[in-house]
Amino acid sequence: MHNHSDIGPFQPASPEHIEKHRHVGLDVSEIEAPGLSVALVGNPNVGKSLVFNYLSGMYVDVSNYPGTTVELIKGHYKAYDIYDTPGVYGISSFTAEEAVARDIVLSADIVLNIVDAVHLERDLFLTQQLIDMGKKIAVILNFMDEVQKLGLRIDTKLLSNYLGVPVFETTATTRTGFDQIDTALLQAHRGEQDPSLHHKLHAMLNVTGSEAEALLVLEGDEATAQRHGVTLGHERESLYIDRRNRVNIVINAVLSETNTRTRLATLFGRLAVNAWTGIPLLFLALYLIYLFVGKLVAQDVVSFTESTVGKNLWEPWIQGIVTRFISPTSWLGTILVGEFGVITMTVTYLLFLLLPLVIAFYLSLALMEDSGYLPRLATLVDRSLNSIGLNGAAIIPLILGFGCVTMATITTRLLGSEREKTIASAILQFAIPCSAQLAVVAALLAGAGFGAILIYSTTIFVVFVAVGTVLDRLLPGATTPLLIDLPPMRLPRLDNVLRKTTYRTYFFMKEATPWFFAGALGVGILQVTGLLTVWQNILAPLTTGWLQLPREAATAFVMGMVRRDFGAAGLYVLALEPHQVVVALVTITLFTPCIASLMVMLKERGWKEALMVWTGTWVVAFFVGGVLSQILI
Amino acid sequence: MKTIPIPLYQVKRGSRLIIMEIPDGHAKVQLIRLGVVKGEFIRCLERLPGGTIVIQKHRQEIAIGVTLARSILVTYAVSESPSKA
Repeated sequence: MHNHSDIGPFQPASPEHIEKHRHVGLDVSEIEAPGLSVALVGNPNVGKSLVFNYLSGMYVDVSNYPGTTVELIKGHYKAYDIYDTPGVYGISSFTAEEAVARDIVLSADIVLNIVDAVHLERDLFLTQQLIDMGKKIAVILNFMDEVQKLGLRIDTKLLSNYLGVPVFETTATTRTGFDQIDTALLQAHRGEQDPSLHHKLHAMLNVTGSEAEALLVLEGDEATAQRHGVTLGHERESLYIDRRNRVNIVINAVLSETNTRTRLATLFGRLAVNAWTGIPLLFLALYLIYLFVGKLVAQDVVSFTESTVGKNLWEPWIQGIVTRFISPTSWLGTILVGEFGVITMTVTYLLFLLLPLVIAFYLSLALMEDSGYLPRLATLVDRSLNSIGLNGAAIIPLILGFGCVTMATITTRLLGSEREKTIASAILQFAIPCSAQLAVVAALLAGAGFGAILIYSTTIFVVFVAVGTVLDRLLPGATTPLLIDLPPMRLPRLDNVLRKTTYRTYFFMKEATPWFFAGALGVGILQVTGLLTVWQNILAPLTTGWLQLPREAATAFVMGMVRRDFGAAGLYVLALEPHQVVVALVTITLFTPCIASLMVMLKERGWKEALMVWTGTWVVAFFVGGVLSQILI
Repeated sequence: MKTIPIPLYQVKRGSRLIIMEIPDGHAKVQLIRLGVVKGEFIRCLERLPGGTIVIQKHRQEIAIGVTLARSILVTYAVSESPSKA
């Protein structure tokens, strides 16, 4: 099936080339090509992850916003090692994502460049850079269905001639044309390099080892220059502008437009970033999410799963079985099926309270992401976030924080400066309740009435703004300005939304479950050893005096150090007045981040910052909770 | 025919513009990659309160924060016959 004669023109390899350029399809057959590495490279939102998914059978997070692929992801397809890369607009080291993509590209034998056919002008810049790097490339021209709908025409054959690399048309969402990827991998070869650039790069080969790295050095990539101990080139701007001009020539030749009618999705995208229509649309979106997560799932579904299934079916049933062998009043009985029972309370919370809410939340988030709404939201809130030292792009980690603070802290990497990363991760740790915690908060607040909801959200919002404002004043430097590309609005694909929700829920539960059990076990042990009473007594001046809560609330704070949601869950069992509910929830929301996010904080931001935030949350939580209590109760 | 450069954040919503000057730095690199360079024709799609600007170049839409929009200089492309640079 793979006819070797239709492989495109191939430049004879000089000895220096051999190391880096193994020739697929010429001298290596499919079966005998162990470990040829293929990098999937492209701009954000071009369908890389869908291609990766198709090739490797592995699921990776697919989102209609940048920053989803931060870690290295490797899969296998036939004899190839396939690497997914974060979406980038060019190869360099300005951000963590770019550095990841750069290293994968440098070490790859073949680059499969995924190009959004609708945004050819933007995407071909990267393509041309990959060609200039002297990599072996095949171009996958994706979203061909949208090209037709938009009334565009692309002369693929001509494009292939101009670039000097094979080009294949696909539609990733329906997998149309994916059967050509095999051929693409076999036919990938070096493209049309500017001859003078090629000579320049060749002159550097003995130092850098590959043309790709030589180009990066010329373009002033510090990391690559350091690696080879060479002086940094200063030709970035002239090379970039030459490349841009080259791309413009290609575009003028291959792209023609037959229709300028505005699509409905485009119109909606415009309305979302307009001041008059954008804010009502945002509120509409929030209201729909509230109806779905806050009302339908948090109240109706959870009340069935939690009370009916959990409290009335599961707990009595498992207690019945366990107490046949172990006395319920023994220490083991207390730990297993007692008040904080590892297999009673913990299972109920995890499966019948958390799970439905986490699914609902991730479903809403997936819909927002895949529609392309998030970058528009970032634009809309840009100016407001400026006042707390962030730019609009920070809305992405902040919203993700409502899903899982731990995960969101990792995505603060996509922010422009250390200053912004510090502010965003501090806000996440202080003032953003994660979905699990929100679940419990929502359930408790629903019982306490509308006033309670209002006081709770206002207080948390004030702390949110205060943390941002204080850090913005304290930290030196200035906020980097927003500069993001708005991906086209697209109708989310149901299978992708569902798959993403399942995948994220699974990982969230996988991460949360051991901590829940460990926490329950820990609290159970504290309970049977009497240490819980000691702890409660130590904290008593704070809990009963200052916060005016029952002494047992101290238990929630032990649990809260393990997981915040677990802490909130600990409040569930207490009989609290509505005002006490608000005070307790505010305190536990602002309280220390869970162990997992503390760990991520340590890793991402260093121990100094992590420790400061961790101690800070103690102070702020008890201070704000106390003030609120003095006012309310 | 107006040719006096004005900062991007002051332009009228919906106006067609020519880029005159982009300050050096990371933003410039990123804008070149996205196809926005000196001499390029763009359109101001949206101007949000506070000055965040959304520009359009062909089908590409780009959001630009106010501090950057202040330092990008443009002129109105009043002539209806765009001469491609």
